[in-house]
Amino acid sequence: MMKRSTLDLWVGVFVAIGLGALLFLSLKVANLTSLDTGDVYKVKARFDNIGGLKVRAPVKSAGVVVGRISEIRFMTDTYEAEVVMSVDSRYPFPRDTSAKILTSGLLGDQYVGLQAGGDTVNLKSGETLKLTQSAMVLESLIGQFLYSKAAEGPEKSPEKK
Amino acid sequence: MTRVFALVTDLGSRVTAMIWRAGFAARFFWAMLRHSGTAFRRFHLTVRELYFAGVLSLIIIVVSGLFVGMVLGLQGYDTLARYGSSESLGVLVALSLVRELGPVVAALLFASRAGSAITAEIGLMKATEQLDAMEMMAVDPVARVVAPRFWGGVLSMPLLAALFSAMGIFGGYLVGVVLIGVDVGQFWSQMQSAVDFRQDVVNGVIKSVVFGVAVTGIAVFEGYDAPPTAEGVSRATTRTVVTSSLAVLALDFVLTAFMFRGI
Repeated sequence: MMKRSTLDLWVGVFVAIGLGALLFLSLKVANLTSLDTGDVYKVKARFDNIGGLKVRAPVKSAGVVVGRISEIRFMTDTYEAEVVMSVDSRYPFPRDTSAKILTSGLLGDQYVGLQAGGDTVNLKSGETLKLTQSAMVLESLIGQFLYSKAAEGPEKSPEKK
Repeated sequence: MTRVFALVTDLGSRVTAMIWRAGFAARFFWAMLRHSGTAFRRFHLTVRELYFAGVLSLIIIVVSGLFVGMVLGLQGYDTLARYGSSESLGVLVALSLVRELGPVVAALLFASRAGSAITAEIGLMKATEQLDAMEMMAVDPVARVVAPRFWGGVLSMPLLAALFSAMGIFGGYLVGVVLIGVDVGQFWSQMQSAVDFRQDVVNGVIKSVVFGVAVTGIAVFEGYDAPPTAEGVSRATTRTVVTSSLAVLALDFVLTAFMFRGI
């Protein structure tokens, strides 16, 4: 003999509230609805230097997140880094798309920016992007700047006079 | 010479007692897991424990979650405003709650609110020979008393932790957006882009399940192992709170080290 009791009601309310909180956390806080499921295609790109890029960093085009970095590995044949990106299949890109490693904000995290080209054929899964631009490393940037200053310094100063 | 001898004997007997207890705990947990079928076949027993462990903990969880979130909002705003990034307040509040504070503080509250009650109840049942009476009637007390309490606690812990985090984020929203005036859209959108479902929410739930097993397991064992006297039950109750709080904090470190080591 099973009878309903007020105890069951309270436990039901408790479970409902708890599951509601979980739902709130996953939908409103973690934004599960965007892009995590769904079909993706994988695109590779090789960079001389990836800076501080990490797995799961966003792949953006025109500022919109179109995918995520799924894998980073070091290639021993060319001593380059190969970055595998999972791009949402809702967003096809032409074959001559170029990839850049960019930084969000002044000190923010790094992400890959895709710049679409003009080719009529779209990228297929597993293809490699030809045009890439490595991450800017602050130290080498400063080094370059100082070097070019030193190189052009003595030539320019007499001209000014 | 005799004092040294007494010291060594004392130490030896303590170590032996500890090992004895550990072995008994292992056997007890095995028996409990074996009899867990009863907790689900006769689910009304577990529902009753869900009521005592979960529903009655709701108030303390909701209120403390709200206040922890509100304090996080105030403190976080104070620090973030110095760097001109007060819009990241939502990220700070949500990440610290979902990853750490939600599971840990909810488990600590659960240990003192529900764990101590479980120990006292089982210990008193043992002291008043109710457990022995059950055995006389061929009812296994581990199946009838212990397993439903264990599963009631384990099932309610993740729900309570999620509720704590949700209430905390709401508290942070109240202080940050309503009181101080951080932009609503920035608050939520930055939070949504920073909090990852698998990395943060699921790991938080895993943590709270592990804490639920640890806290309720310690509580039922301490109750079952309590000396059947008034003093013994009171000591066992204290030990439940102390041991399970320490276990939660230690396990949290281990779990965090595994989960968030940065891939």
